[in-house]
Amino acid sequence: MDSRLHGTTDLPVMKPYVLRGHQYDELFLVRWLGSLPPWSLLVLLALWPAAAFAQSAMFGTVDAFAALWRWIPFLTFQGFLFNVLISLFAMLIGTTLGAALGLAQLSRNKVTRGISWAITQLFRNSPWLVLLFVVLLAFPFQITVFGVTIPIPGWVKAVIGLSLPVMANISEIVRGAVNSVPSAQWEAAESLSFTRTQTLWQIILPQCFKRMIPPWMNWYAILTMATPLCSLLGVGEIITFSRQAMEAENNHPELLMPFYGYALVLFFAYCYPIARLTIALERRYSVKL
Amino acid sequence: MSWTPDLPIVSLKDVHKSFGDFEVLKGVSLDVMKGEVICIIGPSGSGKSTLIRCINALNDIQRGSITVEGQEVSDPKLDKLALRKKVGMVFQQYNLFPHKTALENVMMAPLKVLKEDPRTVEDRARSLIKKVRLEGKEDNYPGELSGGQQQRVAIARSLAMRPDVMLFDEVTAALDPETVKEVLVTIKDLAAEGMTCILVTHEMGFAREVADHIYFTDRGVIVEHGPPASFFDEAKDPRTKEFLSQIL
Repeated sequence: MDSRLHGTTDLPVMKPYVLRGHQYDELFLVRWLGSLPPWSLLVLLALWPAAAFAQSAMFGTVDAFAALWRWIPFLTFQGFLFNVLISLFAMLIGTTLGAALGLAQLSRNKVTRGISWAITQLFRNSPWLVLLFVVLLAFPFQITVFGVTIPIPGWVKAVIGLSLPVMANISEIVRGAVNSVPSAQWEAAESLSFTRTQTLWQIILPQCFKRMIPPWMNWYAILTMATPLCSLLGVGEIITFSRQAMEAENNHPELLMPFYGYALVLFFAYCYPIARLTIALERRYSVKL
Repeated sequence: MSWTPDLPIVSLKDVHKSFGDFEVLKGVSLDVMKGEVICIIGPSGSGKSTLIRCINALNDIQRGSITVEGQEVSDPKLDKLALRKKVGMVFQQYNLFPHKTALENVMMAPLKVLKEDPRTVEDRARSLIKKVRLEGKEDNYPGELSGGQQQRVAIARSLAMRPDVMLFDEVTAALDPETVKEVLVTIKDLAAEGMTCILVTHEMGFAREVADHIYFTDRGVIVEHGPPASFFDEAKDPRTKEFLSQIL
């Protein structure tokens, strides 16, 4: 009898259920990032100069950090601040379009549903860098409206390019959240004479709004960390400026660790609190609906 | 044809309903007069729930006719919203809106659907909550209420639309035995006030006490029906007898 309980039975139904591999987790990034202890930032700060020391040669590590020190205000307030700005604009556009696209995926009209599904899949499954280049090349450098010429700077194109994959992922979050509400809620509303639109806006969406926030924040963190891709479009952000600064300091290889390490520290310091907050919110919402 | 109260308020004639190839209702006919309470009983899977869900057009039918106050429910041009204002429904799983308090649950449909004045709606909602004996629970969320309390809020929510007919779909089936009674008392009060009620239930004692007429369904047809006294004591069909002997 005992042996049966310990899994030696030949009856498959008696075997304990074991999950193999990882389940897909819609908060994969923030759950990992948020699970790091806060002192990992200090570890990073200590390891980063140590790693730089390890590869030091003629041009000393001290010189490299001195160079970084001079560039820090520029890298932070001209560079990183711009990454934050790009991420905020891209998130704003991506969320607005994504919410609309997600609702279109729930339409009763087959054509609307099909088209919005196709758009979602296309942008969700394309490489971000490819999307960025497509937007860069497809959009003109300037547009003329009623004789007024408006230039479209590179960073605007970067915002548009980054907002596309965000849009597609928000679309899936909205669709998934609405579908997670039991169909009995729709029926109860229907039996009380609510129209489909009223049911969606007044009964279904308010219930799943909270559920959408943690995965939405997960995508914000991913987006923020993807903003250095814009350096490939020549947009002035932290990586572009770090490269330019290193060039100005005569391109010593010893500069690489301090400069890119600094960018890493900034991204970590920015995304870590977001991750912690997301995990805290998720925990709170999962207790009470 | 206009409807007058001397005609059946709900009338089903030869109703057929299939889900795919599976025929759930195979020609069901019944009439309910205004103010009557009828109970539909029968083994599970016999089509009882489907039957009452067809009455407020949550399910459509393939053949036959259903009328509510003379209006054909299976008419494709039917104004379903108008029909559902007349026919209230309470579900087995309560289905309250979890993000709204008890009072808000009751007020929501009259406010948003009927667009009535908020003050009158609130007064009516409070008196309905009192009626289902839940005074003091107005500001509680469904998650904070017991199953029986939630079900009574669901009844009040349905009544807030001032329906002419109430449908109850196994409303006590998901409840603890202790709380079944409080819900049944609420329904009994309603019946005593003259509300037309159509119930699907497994509570035989309750059916015997409140129903004016009992219908026994099995495999998609009505096998036998009659007033409770003759139905329970003088059942003729062997299927009815077998069912009653198992349950009583």
